[in-house]
Amino acid sequence: MKIVVLVKQVPDTYEDRKIDLSSGLLDRDASDIVPDEINERALESALRYKDGQKATEIVVLTMGPDSATKTLRKMLSMGADSAIHIVDDALAASDMVQTARVLAAAIQRGGFDLVLAGNESTDGRGGVVPAMVAEILGLPLLPSLDALELEAGSVSGTCSIDGGSLSVRAPLPAVVSVTERSAEARFPNFKGIMMAKRKPVETMDRASLDLGTAAVAASVVGSATKRPARAAGTKIIDDGTAAQELAGFLASNRLI
Amino acid sequence: MANILVLIETSSTGGIKASAPGLIGAAAQLGTPVAVVAAAPGTGAAVAGELGRLGAAHVYVAEGEDAGRILAQPQLVALTAAVSAYAPAAVLISNSTESREVAGRLAIRTGGAVAADAVNVRSEDGRIVAVHSVFGGDYTTESWVRDGLTIITIRPGSIQERAAAATAELTVAPLAAADFPAAIIEQVHEAGADTGRPALRGATKVVSGGRGLGSKDNFVLVEQLADALGAAVGASRAAVDAGYVPQSYQVGQTGVAVSPQLYVALGISGAIQHRAGMQTSKTIVAINKDEDSPIFEVADFGIVGDVFTVVPQLIEAINAHQLTAAH
Ligand SMILES: Cc1cc2nc3c(=O)[nH]c(=O)nc-3n(C[C@H](O)[C@H](O)[C@H](O)COP(=O)(O)OP(=O)(O)OC[C@H]3O[C@@H](n4cnc5c(N)ncnc54)[C@H](O)[C@@H]3O)c2cc1C
Ligand SMILES: Nc1ncnc2c1ncn2[C@@H]1O[C@H](COP(=O)(O)O)[C@@H](O)[C@H]1O
Repeated sequence: MKIVVLVKQVPDTYEDRKIDLSSGLLDRDASDIVPDEINERALESALRYKDGQKATEIVVLTMGPDSATKTLRKMLSMGADSAIHIVDDALAASDMVQTARVLAAAIQRGGFDLVLAGNESTDGRGGVVPAMVAEILGLPLLPSLDALELEAGSVSGTCSIDGGSLSVRAPLPAVVSVTERSAEARFPNFKGIMMAKRKPVETMDRASLDLGTAAVAASVVGSATKRPARAAGTKIIDDGTAAQELAGFLASNRLI
Repeated sequence: MANILVLIETSSTGGIKASAPGLIGAAAQLGTPVAVVAAAPGTGAAVAGELGRLGAAHVYVAEGEDAGRILAQPQLVALTAAVSAYAPAAVLISNSTESREVAGRLAIRTGGAVAADAVNVRSEDGRIVAVHSVFGGDYTTESWVRDGLTIITIRPGSIQERAAAATAELTVAPLAAADFPAAIIEQVHEAGADTGRPALRGATKVVSGGRGLGSKDNFVLVEQLADALGAAVGASRAAVDAGYVPQSYQVGQTGVAVSPQLYVALGISGAIQHRAGMQTSKTIVAINKDEDSPIFEVADFGIVGDVFTVVPQLIEAINAHQLTAAH
């Protein structure tokens, strides 16, 4: 079984993230860039399968700036076998269609049985790249699985939807995206970190992928505006009367 | 006026899901709403009347056995056919697990692009603009699609506008066969009985509980305050992880983003990822026993205290107030 895991590096959600107000794009210098937690979970799902099936090959794939190497190294130290890094200034500020075309072209070069992704990235929350990749590759997608069951010829799992959940199954090869309910990621151990240094990371630019020349529609971002920061209001320490005071506050604001 | 396609989500029994009024309302801001439905054979006509009442001028139903049995593909095939038939200026799709797959695939299939997770739409100088609330509402950005079909996924619960009722013109067509290996729906599990409380998305009041509640049994306290206020119930990710409530209750970065008139946080520390889902609320109230909790940085009224002491007293005070107000 060969599994390709799509990983993206995002601004750390534990810090204030910033957008450049003139371009409407992410200000990369404003925050630490880390592997998206959701992609560590996707990798973990692949690793758990490999724990039982040693012959499994796991490739992590990212399209991102030079600094994304750090994310790939972390994934390798967790246990992925190799990494592909698509890096090209011409790809900066790609929208989701362009990102998916690049990822699909890279996936197609190497062969695979399963593509694993996060259900949505924490910076974009677009949640459509996995579906676009599946469409380009002509494959089924199992979206937003809370857990996945991988067998020789098929993959299955449950996804939550508005009003309940669905048990779904697809034949392999397939694309699967996972949610933050899925496998909690392991920490890299010392052996993993040492071994990661020797694992192959292949770097590619746009020209080395077969993307065709057709004009492609794109979603473009205009300006951004920042919401004024919220100021803290009253804070009282409960001495037995706080509930009464709060009820008064709610009443005077017509909230009760 | 340009046609605006709207993908209607249906339940396993063929009913129209709650996303429809907002999607049609948004479409009416941009042009003529055309509702597109993938339905089981013989069931399409039944939904047309209701979609008309919600403001759809046309209802395009693609009927076939695959609807409800195969994931995303029936909706994709129906929308692709409707794009050819109605030459729309935009396609609006709910940003839900079920539907955003359709949006992504449709973009590739029709040479379009997706403006994702919009909270509003408008039309300006002939261009359709999607408005997004990003990084927990810290920023508002705008985007549009160039050189191709505009596909917009709409954040559930974010559109308040409703379209005027219309008498929909109905078109029923056969659903074309699947053209790629399909993901099969093996089983549908309906969520448990309706709690009778307002839905979290779009609620005007929300009471959320965190790990501070300590157990699933104790979480009842959150529900009791919610009922006293007529509010929806939410939770932090830690409360969800601890199994106090299902994931659909989660408020925050990776949960639901809410913007109610009143948000009450009980036993929630106010981690940045939680604040990302509630900091645009009009009034925020927090009760937490740690006076250094970051939740107090965004609270209009904060109480440093024990939820198990303060909340029962608060419920009593609210009930007393409501009794006097009723007289
Ligand atoms: C990528 C990512 C996405 C995330 N997305 C989300 C998200 O969508 N939503 C979310 O909520 N979190 C999210 N988180 C998790 C977030 O970082 C926090 O871990 C989480 O919000 C903490 O939940 P909590 O406040 O309930 O728990 P804690 O941080 O443990 O806080 C519990 C609080 O309860 C108080 N308390 C305890 N007992 C009492 C009592 N008797 N009376 C009053 N107060 C009491 C304590 O003082 C404490 O402040 C995300 C994290 C990551 C990395
Ligand atoms: N630039 C990228 N490189 C690799 N994978 C990506 C990239 N962008 C998105 N993905 C994958 O697609 C998932 C969903 O992203 P999105 O559709 O942007 O919300 C992510 O969790 C990744 O698995």
